[in-house]
Amino acid sequence: MKNTPLTLVAAVCAVGVFSGAAMANPVAPGAVAFDEDGAVAISLTGVAGDAVNGAKIMRTKSLGNCISCHEVTALAEFPFHGEIGPNLDSTGDNRNAAEIRGILTNSKNTFPGTMMPAYYKVDGFIRPGNRYTGKAPEGPLDPLLSAQQIEDVVAFLLTLK
Amino acid sequence: MNKLTSTNTLVALALAGGVVFGGAALADVDGVLTINGELEIVTKTTPPAHLADNLDEIVSGWVYRAAETQELQMDDFDNPGMLFVDIAQDDWGTVEGTEGKSCATCHDNVEDSMAGVRAVYPKWNDEAEEVRTLAMQINSCRTERMGAEPLKITKGKMARMEALISVQSRGMPMNVAIDGPVQAMWEQGKEMYYTRTGQLELSCANCHEDSYGLHIRSDFLSQGQTNGFPVYRLKNAKLTTAHGRFKGCVRDTRAETYKPGSAAFNALELYVASRGNGLSVEGPSVRN
Ligand code: HEC
Ligand code: HEC
Ligand code: HEC
Repeated sequence: MKNTPLTLVAAVCAVGVFSGAAMANPVAPGAVAFDEDGAVAISLTGVAGDAVNGAKIMRTKSLGNCISCHEVTALAEFPFHGEIGPNLDSTGDNRNAAEIRGILTNSKNTFPGTMMPAYYKVDGFIRPGNRYTGKAPEGPLDPLLSAQQIEDVVAFLLTLK
Repeated sequence: MNKLTSTNTLVALALAGGVVFGGAALADVDGVLTINGELEIVTKTTPPAHLADNLDEIVSGWVYRAAETQELQMDDFDNPGMLFVDIAQDDWGTVEGTEGKSCATCHDNVEDSMAGVRAVYPKWNDEAEEVRTLAMQINSCRTERMGAEPLKITKGKMARMEALISVQSRGMPMNVAIDGPVQAMWEQGKEMYYTRTGQLELSCANCHEDSYGLHIRSDFLSQGQTNGFPVYRLKNAKLTTAHGRFKGCVRDTRAETYKPGSAAFNALELYVASRGNGLSVEGPSVRN
């Protein structure tokens, strides 16, 4: 069994490399791989999402502000919920992680022409501004949510059943 | 009269379901607007021909405001915008500039000379060979005929002069021309209206054509009509011009806005005004 030590080393390395890459180096907005239905199978960070933080992102105006368009009963204590998009109460039953990740990353791949913003996209905009200042951006744009924030929201939405 | 019946309220509550919508106050979307008990305002009517494929009805922003905001517009004693009309009435007779003239020097009585003017603006000016917004026309008279400084386009002094001129057309239908020499600019405004701007990639039409009558967070979306401008906004307790409002709406798409008074916003104003052709002039209206 002279392979054993080598295999072990390789396995340790693989784990090390994987998590190292995930922490320091999430998939870049332009490099996300969508399937033909707009789903994104692979985690953007490799780090499990934090559902509690995901809920906070969804209700916070300066972050996802998702409830400005969606009604979510689990967030009912945080008014006010809009009516532009569908109620998300059973998203965890209706959608898997890959579909939700795809909808958040760039909703237009799943729903062509939708009003829902693309949360993990940094170019291709007309007259993009510097956040909500109304001024021109000072440098490259950040996506609306970070890769890990997307994963956190995915984790929260999967709990809605 | 504003018929705030319990049926309306019940329907609205039922629609709201389990979750609290709409920044609390519910709009009375079936309310009828009569000002000072006598001036009937058309707040809903058939769309102009150019919009017939897009909308079944054109609706004033008044319809979507909370009942208590709606009521403020029903009596000039309650309408805070009318205080600014009074101040502008003084401006009208105030001599300014190198020529020693006031508006009244040439236009006499504002009630007579300005009746019907607001309803047709923005409008083509033959002599200048350009489309003029009301603001441009006011500033043209100031700079070219009075030798006075132009007014800042979104500032209070301009907004209140627009209010004074608008109120002389209150109740008359918006009737902005869209063909002939203004057509190219109108097309430009239309293009802007349907272009999805900013990092949120939203167009005016996304919110004001596709989603009016729905809440976006606590805001109850109207059709974004300009027949009520300038509007007195309770939020900041002053008159807001159409360009001031456009600027805020573009900014909220996380876009770089256009400048008030820019050629782009003038084109947008012309196009948006034409979407309201048939609605009554309401300015100064009251909004939240
Ligand atoms: C400007 C309004 C808007 C905002 C903001 C918005 N959405 Fe949406 N969303 C929509 C619309 C509209 C749809 C329906 C898709 C379509 O256009 O057909 C949708 C669809 C969805 C769906 C798919 C529902 C299903 O199962 O079919 C999910 C999940 C979703 N949104 C989650 C979110 C999350 C999470 C956020 C915040 C990070 C968010 N949305 C922000 C408008 C919005
Ligand atoms: C020296 C005379 C003179 C003075 C002073 C003057 N105007 Fe005028 N105004 C005119 C003339 C002439 C026209 C029509 C020709 C044109 O389009 O410029 C006009 C047109 C207008 C119109 C457009 C009317 C329409 O039917 O389209 C408005 C609005 C207006 N003036 C507002 C004002 C205001 C407000 C003031 C004071 C700040 C003012 N004017 C001062 C001469 C004057
Ligand atoms: C994200 C949604 C959104 C977009 C996009 C948007 N607006 Fe608005 N707009 C609003 C909200 C919310 C209000 C306040 C409530 C109302 O009257 O709809 C408003 C109000 C207005 C009003 C005031 C209406 C009144 O009667 O007081 C006008 C005019 C207007 N918008 C024009 C525009 C134009 C022109 C554009 C495109 C450049 C635009 N809006 C884009 C959300 C939007």
